[in-house]
Amino acid sequence: MPRVSAYWSVARASFRQYSTYRMATAAGVFTNSIFGLIRASILLAAIHAAGGELRGYDALQAATYVWLGQALLAPIEAFGTREISQRVHQGDVAVDLLRPTHLLGMFYAQKLGRAGFLLLARGVPPMLVGALLTGLALPSDPLSYLVGAACLLLAITVAFLGDAMINLASFWLVETRGLSVVYMAVMNLLSGFLIPIAWFPDWLAAIARATPFPSMVQTPIDALSGRIPPIEALALLGEQTAWALVLTVAAVLMLRIGVRSLEVQGG
Amino acid sequence: MADHARSTPAASAARAERPLSLPRVMGLLYASRIRSQASFRTSFVADVLGQMLVVGTEFLELWVILSQVGVLGGMTLTQVAVVYGLGALAFGLADLFFGEIDGLSTMVRSGKLETLLIRPLPVLLQISSMDLSLRRLGRILVGLSTYVIALVVAGFSPTPLTLLLAVTAPLAGAAVFAALLTTAGAMQFWLVDGREFANAFTYGGNYVATNPGAVFPLPLRAFFTFVVPATLIAYAPTLTLLDLPGPTLIPAWSGWLGVPAAVLTWTLASLLWRAGVRRYTGAGG
Repeated sequence: MPRVSAYWSVARASFRQYSTYRMATAAGVFTNSIFGLIRASILLAAIHAAGGELRGYDALQAATYVWLGQALLAPIEAFGTREISQRVHQGDVAVDLLRPTHLLGMFYAQKLGRAGFLLLARGVPPMLVGALLTGLALPSDPLSYLVGAACLLLAITVAFLGDAMINLASFWLVETRGLSVVYMAVMNLLSGFLIPIAWFPDWLAAIARATPFPSMVQTPIDALSGRIPPIEALALLGEQTAWALVLTVAAVLMLRIGVRSLEVQGG
Repeated sequence: MADHARSTPAASAARAERPLSLPRVMGLLYASRIRSQASFRTSFVADVLGQMLVVGTEFLELWVILSQVGVLGGMTLTQVAVVYGLGALAFGLADLFFGEIDGLSTMVRSGKLETLLIRPLPVLLQISSMDLSLRRLGRILVGLSTYVIALVVAGFSPTPLTLLLAVTAPLAGAAVFAALLTTAGAMQFWLVDGREFANAFTYGGNYVATNPGAVFPLPLRAFFTFVVPATLIAYAPTLTLLDLPGPTLIPAWSGWLGVPAAVLTWTLASLLWRAGVRRYTGAGG
């Protein structure tokens, strides 16, 4: 069993690695804010058309929902990653498997380091833009921030596990790009990133709630915005934990079976 | 026999002196890419279906909102579907031919661009044909069918003039998007690490174009009409086609501004592209 410090070093290195891309970060923040404005305009127009309130969201809450979503986009990596699948295809995964650390643990540590940076550098600025342009509905109960932070960590974890499983499909598929494109489209919708799940028609909401996707976006947004009081958010936290456990088992199994069929040529 | 042997090198020399015409080279290049991709049939079909699903979920966003409120930005669901279909069709066409320019910064950094610069063909054409991704047909198919069906359902009564607009609008829109993508690519000669900046105008422009323009507050609407002419791609033509009144800044007659906008954006895009290629200094390759 490798020491925790190995994972800690990886997470720190990953944080530092991302902090060197300053220009890319600035570009990301800019684009993220423009998209936030476009999305907020559409949702605010919908709420205006509905007479000031739509299924529990007033204008300020909808704006907060949009800006929190924009802030989460980078840390949860809603556009997917390709590193694990590329390493499988190129055979580099053989090196990862030789390391004394667990392959998924390694990538999770990297992800946490990266997410930490992305949260600060790409998450906070769109929130400031939102606070200036549309205003934000912030929770009054300090407990909301605490539970919200825990929900956020679990959201990043569940998103990582889902993405890792798509990547691990590369043990059997020659090309996982198509799979990952479909996965991202489904995730964007069912996670409640594009529009709040409360607005879905019943059948679509039922489908969404049966998947781990709401745990990735809707849950941390609800907890952090205080739309759901901290006590109720604890129940959602439990749901996120359950999904994290289920997906961890599934991902570890996938890796084990995949490694058995892995064939790396050359050396 | 001896005659024949002598004539062959001469003939091939003559062929070498007279290069293939540009349209013929373009045809050959694109045909070869299409053949290479169609040969992986299962992957190709899966890709196209995946792309159709992606576009479908995008529309689902508008559908969910409209099933709650009935009218968004002064438009009903079928009218919004016309805007969405037209915008998706235009972007799909542009993306098919110019989507790969987004990867220019990688080529600049790796020095791969140099191999393109020494070939006797326009660089833009080479990049465009290099990775013509047929999976992007998915967006075009969904866009086209949504556009046509929604037009019929929305009660479009064609006159020769509006029929002309209905056919030219997707093409003019595709040209505007292609110019935006080219501009974004050209900007990468200056902002190698900042390629994401341009996404705000290309993908952001697509997002704006597929929504009713009236939902945007005035400053945003003005920007996405006069600077990045996104609302002129699908929203304005839809107003004209369906004879709807337009909001402030986008009167119904502005549906006819697609072609002028395309000419203007392409003028700027080609100037910027040329300046960018001239500015490029090799990284050692």
